Formats: sequence, C-alpha cells, structure tokens
Amino acid sequence: MSMQMLENTGQLIYEGADWDYDKIKRAYDAIERIAVDEMGLDTYPNQIEVITAEQMLDAYSSIGMPLMYKHWSFGKHFAQDETLYRKGLRGLAYEIVINSSPCISYIMEENSMTMQTLVIAHAAFGHNHFFKNNNLFRQWTDAKGILDYLEFAKTFIIKCEERYGHQAVERTLDAAHALMSHGVHRYPRKQPLDLREEQRREDERTEYNRKMYNDLWRTVPTKPGVKESVTAVESRKALLALPEENILYFLEKKAPRLHQWQREILRIVRRVAQYFYPQKQTKLMNEGCATYTHYYIMNRLHQKGLMSDGALLEFLHSHTSVVFQPNFDDPRFSGINPYAIGFAMMQDIERISTQPTDEDRAWFPDLAGNGDPMGTLREAWANFRDESFVLQYLSPHLMRKMRMFEVRNDASEPEMLVEAIHNERGYRKVRKALARQYDIGYLEPDIQIVDVDLSGDRKLILQHRVINRVLLDESDARAVLRHVANLWGYEVMLVEVDATTEAVLKEHTVSASSLLLS
Amino acid sequence: MNIIDRRLNPKGKSLANRQRFLRRAKEQIVKAVRDTSGKRSIQDIENGDKISISTGGVREPTFHRSASGGLREHVVPGNKEYMEGDTIPRPDGGGGKGGSEGSPDGDGEDDFRFVLSREEFLDIFMEDLELPDLVKQKIKQTESFSLHRAGYSSNGSPSNLNLVRTMRNSLSRRIALRRPKPEEIELLEREIADLEANGADDGRLTELRGELERQMKRSRLIPYLDPVDVRYNRFERVPRPVAQAVMFCLMDVSGSMTEHMKDLAKRFFILLYLFLKRRYRHVDIVFIRHTHEAKEVDEETFFYSAETGGTVVSTALEEMRRIIADRYPEDEWNIYAAQASDGDNMSNDNAKSAALLENVILPMCQYFAYIEVSQDYEGGLGGALGSSLGRETDLWRTYKLVAKPGAPIAMRKVRTRREIFPVFRDLFSREKATA
Repeated sequence: MSMQMLENTGQLIYEGADWDYDKIKRAYDAIERIAVDEMGLDTYPNQIEVITAEQMLDAYSSIGMPLMYKHWSFGKHFAQDETLYRKGLRGLAYEIVINSSPCISYIMEENSMTMQTLVIAHAAFGHNHFFKNNNLFRQWTDAKGILDYLEFAKTFIIKCEERYGHQAVERTLDAAHALMSHGVHRYPRKQPLDLREEQRREDERTEYNRKMYNDLWRTVPTKPGVKESVTAVESRKALLALPEENILYFLEKKAPRLHQWQREILRIVRRVAQYFYPQKQTKLMNEGCATYTHYYIMNRLHQKGLMSDGALLEFLHSHTSVVFQPNFDDPRFSGINPYAIGFAMMQDIERISTQPTDEDRAWFPDLAGNGDPMGTLREAWANFRDESFVLQYLSPHLMRKMRMFEVRNDASEPEMLVEAIHNERGYRKVRKALARQYDIGYLEPDIQIVDVDLSGDRKLILQHRVINRVLLDESDARAVLRHVANLWGYEVMLVEVDATTEAVLKEHTVSASSLLLS
Repeated sequence: MNIIDRRLNPKGKSLANRQRFLRRAKEQIVKAVRDTSGKRSIQDIENGDKISISTGGVREPTFHRSASGGLREHVVPGNKEYMEGDTIPRPDGGGGKGGSEGSPDGDGEDDFRFVLSREEFLDIFMEDLELPDLVKQKIKQTESFSLHRAGYSSNGSPSNLNLVRTMRNSLSRRIALRRPKPEEIELLEREIADLEANGADDGRLTELRGELERQMKRSRLIPYLDPVDVRYNRFERVPRPVAQAVMFCLMDVSGSMTEHMKDLAKRFFILLYLFLKRRYRHVDIVFIRHTHEAKEVDEETFFYSAETGGTVVSTALEEMRRIIADRYPEDEWNIYAAQASDGDNMSNDNAKSAALLENVILPMCQYFAYIEVSQDYEGGLGGALGSSLGRETDLWRTYKLVAKPGAPIAMRKVRTRREIFPVFRDLFSREKATA
C-alpha cells in the first residue's frame, strides 16, 4: 500500500463511538467496495445480526451455532463461560460468524462503531470469503443446508426425548459426543453432500420401514442349528468394510443392538462433527485471512478519508492485541497465536510478492516479485489448509523475525534438545516441524476399528497406531471405550500398537453395560 | 446485506441446557452444596453462590494423547540464546513449557466452578426437606382474590373491550342485515356520474338515484358498529386458598447468652424463615425474647439489644400463647416455633414450663424446635469435655420429658456454626418426617 494518501477525498462514514443502522449500512457499503473491487473477494450474501452479551454467551454454549439440539454439555460450557465472564477473567469475542449461506455474523451491541466496522470487515468479508472459497469447506460443508439440518436435528432429538425419555437420549448423545473427533470421513466421497437430500432420504427410510412393517415376520421360525461357518478374517473384514477410522459411522451402520433412533442420533453428531472438521484444519488460515482482510480494509478506509484518525487508532489498538504473540518464556505464552502467525504469513506473502529479496527469489521462485499479492493470497486461501500452507509459504524471513526454534522433548532423555533454530541449516526443519504441529492427522490419535469377532463373542477390536511412543490418556480412553462398548453392545478392546515396530504397547478391554440398550 | 436486530429475541436460550446440566451433575452439586453450606454464612445462602464440583460425572472424555511420555517436537517463537544442539532442562510438570500441543481438554478440569442462582441453591439445599404436618391450609377470606378470565359480557369498562369479539359481531350483523358495502355505493355513484355526463337514458338514471338513496338510508340506519355488538372481557373474582404460617422465634436473652450463642440462634431462625417462605405464600414472624419476663420485640431489638435478668422460660411460652390467642387463631394459621436458649432456667420454673408446653403450646403448634446453643470451645480440650460428655441442662431435661414420640417437638444441641446446617437438615429431613 504505497500509492495512497492522494485520494483523501471521501466523507467520514461515521464519527464517534455510537453506532446505528445507517452508519453500519454506510460502513458496510464502503467495505464492500474495497473488498470486492480492490481485493477481489467473493462472498456468500451477508446477514448481520445484532445481539446482546447475554445472547453471545448463549451462542458460545452451543458451539457458536444459532440453533442446536439440547444437551447438558452445552449447559456446562455456558456455566463455565458465564463464570469467567462475570468475574471479568475473560472478555467475549467481538463476533461469531457462521459458515452458512447467507453467512450470519453476530455483532454485539456493546461494541463501538469502529469495532462494528472491524467486525464486518473481519467476519462478513474475511471469514466469509474463506468459507466460500477454501476447498476444504467447499468439499465438506454444505453452507446452504446446515441451518435446516440443525433444525431437523433439534426437533428430532426433542421428539426422541419425548418418546424414549431424557436419559436414554442423553446416554446416546454422551457416547456420540465422546467419539465426535473420530466421527469424520477424512477422505472425500463421490458426490457432494446435500443435507436437505439427506433429510429427505431419512424421512423416506422411516416411512418405508413403517409401511413395510409386518409383525408376522417375527413369528416365522428360523431353521434350528444352522451354524455359521467360520469366515476367513479377510472376507469378514471386507464384509464389514474394515478397517474403518470413522468409528461413529461404523457403529451407526453396523452396531447390532442399536435402535433406529439411536443410529439417527449418531448420524446427527457425525454430521455436525464433519461440518466442523474443516474449521479444525484451517484455524490459522481462516483467522489469518480474516485478519489480513480487516487490516487491509481498515487502512484503506482511513486512506480514502472515510475513517477518522481516532477510529484508526482505536482499531490498531485492538488489532495489535489480537495479533500479539508472546515469546515462549513469557508467562502469557500459550502456544502460537493463530491470528499472529496467520496474519504475519499473509503479510509476508504480500512482501514477497511486491518487494522480494534475493533469498525470497531462491525460496519462492514463482511467487517472488509477481506483483499480484492479492491474487497470490486468494489462491493460497482457496487451495491450502494450515499444514500445507505453512509447509508451502513459511519464509526464512518470517522464521527469523519470529525467532522460531524447534525443541525436541524426549521423555527418555534427561533434558530437552534444541533441534533446529532459525538459521540456514534449520529453516526447512523448523518449517516442517511447525507444519506438522498443524497436521490434524498427526494431532489426533490414529484410531481405527480393525476387527470384529463375529463367530465368537462379537468383541470389537480397535487399534491405536502410536506415533513417537505417545500413548493415549488412559482414564479418558477407558471412559470413551466404555461409551463405544455401550453403543456396540458387546465387549470392546483397544490395542495400542507402535506404528513403526508393530509392537503391542498396551491393551484396554471394556465390556458393555446394558444401560443404553435396554 | 441484511441487518437483523436480535436483541429482543428471548433470552436464556440455554436455560434448557442448564437444567440438563444441573440434573446431570445433581449428585455432585447436592454434595457440594451440603459440604460448603456448613462453612458459609447465611448471607451467602441468600445470594446463591459459586460452588465447585469435581468433574467426575460431567467429564467429557475424548480419545487424546496423554500429556506426558514419548517423544514430542515443538516449534516455539522467541529464541534469544539457543543454538542448535543446546539442551534445556525440562520444566516441572511433564508437558513442558513449549507444550503448545498439550491436550486442550485435559487442562484445568479437575475442579469445575460455576455459579448457582439463589433459587437453584435453595432448591437444592432444601430439596428433600419437608415440613411436618402440613394439614392446616385454611382459606382465608381477606385480600386473597384473584381475577380469572370468564368469558365475555355485554357490559364492562372500556379498557376491557374485546376488539375481536366486537368486530366479529359487527361483521355478522352487517352481513345479516345487508348493509351496503362502501364499494357498492361507490359503484352506484360512479354509474350515476357516468350517466349524467353522457346525458342519456333518463329512466335508468332516476332508477339508480332512487337505489342510491335507498342504500344510503340503509347504511345510515344500520350502523357500522352498534352497541349490541360490543363485548367486553369478563373477569371473575375467585377466592384463593392461602396457606399461611406464623413463626415464633423465642430466645433467651439473659446475661448468660453470649454474642456467639445469639449468632447461632439467629442463623437457625433465618434458615427456618427461608424454609417456611418456600412452603407458604405468607409467613409472619413474631420475635419473643425473655429474661425473667417476656416481651414481643422487633427483629433489631431481638438480636442486638442487651438485657439483663434471670431466666424464666415459661414467661415466653405464656407470651406466645397470648399472641396466638390475640392475633393468630390456630385454625387459620400454621404455627411454628423455634426456641433458642443456653439451657438455663430457674429451677422452680421447670415444671411450669413443661406443663405449659405440653398442654397448651404443642397442641397448637405444627412443630416446635428447641435449639440449645452452647459456648464454642473450638479445637480446645474444653470442646470435648463441654459437650460430648453431654452435661444436660435444666431446660434440656425438662423438655426431654415432654418430647415423647409423636409429639411435634424436636431438640438439638448446636455448638458451632458448622453444625447449624446439619442440625437444620436433620430436623426437617423427609425420611424423618415420614418415619
């Protein structure tokens, strides 16, 4: 941004801290001009909703969605957030934005006009563009159908509660929630999801079952004494489509003793997990994109004379606290701030694109000096996730600037070892290690269902492939296995196997209690 | 772009979730409430408060890696002095300072703190407490009418006008009497105007004029809104049963009662009051303090003014009887009494008190609780000597004679603040009431 200051011709779109609808409308229009004409952003239609702090807390508790089925865990989170908020330990987020079409952004009534402008630029354009264009979101989420689907989920669960009792539904949901992070398909399937279609098909299924139901079938005698021949392990696995890493999916389809409504609940939780799966993998990029966008837009508003100096300072104050990155030895340090690194990397791309150094030319030959920072960024936003984005775009310049270094913490060694630092020898190592830190396949334990003992006691066998000798947290793992066993209906065993040596490190076995399937 | 103002949407969307959460964590919350209530002051009880429960039953387990062991690699910012190959001593606490990928779920969940509202707290605190003998729920005639909707009436005050009903009547009357609609009249007028302009067909014109006049007359005669259409909402006064209670607080304020003892007594009285208030719409409190003579006083005087003199318990019972006879006819009021004393009494008064209590007071009362407060020897040797040996006081022995099984009287000793809640719970626990 070098050539500005000349076009300082505009009228201020607002003055002072108070906001009203006219000002928001004017600000929105001005932002939209910059976002679309200058940045080339492409967004879902926007819907901006003004809410109170109380409602913001409400939204928090239902994982940010405007409607959600009822479950005690949301009440727990609400109680927790409320306590922290009332004590003043934690402020509220300025906004919540929902990946839906129209894209809903919540803004709080307490915010000043500058904050509202910032939030609109950040959420309604930054996040919105990312939701609409990033390939993970395009592939995995159905922005148009999500709210309808949640509406269906909510009423379905209410109906279940009425029909089968609070407790039965709660137990099923508890179990499903425990497996939520292992209830996603990690690889794309053939056709894109259409949640409306899903719902219609579910209705059809129920209707078909209802019509075809004939009590006589129950009374038809089966041939006595027909023993199943012992199926070969391979064909059995093929029959059950094993191994399967989507545990919820497997249980929904194959668990022998679940009721139809329980399968449907597993399905709902699975759908919700799948909907949030891209967000988990693009935290850095999503926030980086939104932060870069608001930073660009707010500065341009000021340069065009649409925003006062005071407002710019107010914006910069909150912007800097959002992108603040404490050092590792700072008491405030709690990991790398996704806003900070995302924003820094995207600014770095802009720099490489417009004012590259020789080093940049060597590291990013097709990027350095191409003179089109926005185009480069838009492409990155569309095609990468956190892990690949870091691997592709983290530059030596930024590693030096943030003074990154890699520490190896081996429990079998007495001390931690500095593996690599920000120097010529270390750049690639550091970059690779950082990228790995964002790799969801590495962050979440790799747990798969590998076998079922169909001829024997129907024991379900899961396997955790252990990377770097880090085992599962035992008490939690047992608690989750108990849920799995309750859903499966029979005993469940989890084997922790070293991924490189295939050595069995640990085994957990849990048998089912009959509570869930009564 | 749409801007939607959601601020007026109903609040408390997560109320249902909260109720589910409280239900889920009930056992632990009840335990936490009971545990902590012993330590805290009455004011806290009134305000509701932060409680903390263990996360056991409300844990949300997931498969995640344990926070310790194995090999981990971290990239962290802010290197100042380290070179490749340097070693760093491992900070205490397993995961290590650079543990940016430490389990987000495993942290800080050992204790779960949150705030219960006053209602929720009292609900839980008094959950399985029951008032003994809830028989006398009298209908009292004064000031206890409520208005109930009871259909419609053709007269009433304008503020009760029921617009929908009124317009419905008006519409049906207009249809029935064939009042011309404004459009019909307009149509006629236009036609007449047309004909006048064209100047043709005189006969038709007069015919239409006649018709118009008839219609105009009709619409004058049949009013749009007639008094017969008007309907009002009708309300009926329904007498409401009032369950009301009066609570007598009797306390010995003679010199032997220390501030500490009074404090214990006060706590007990307040608890009883809160409890009664939850059961009855209307609760009166009467404070009677006594030395060698008894007097009804206000709350302030009751608890805080000093008095000297001997101790004659029967005077207080006598005063109570007088007040009941005066103001609280026993067939209209549920009568509860709580007496706090250090147990002293003039020895020649014991028999009189016992007789008065047994023959007069107890038959009138729903429940009579006697709390004997004594000096707090907290921690000291005296504590063990003072109470566990159980030196029985004059009054205790006297009342013990009266407290036969089945009599609505209960006696407890309280020494420290901690004991107030357990004693209170003990007195009113449901199992006991049913047993």
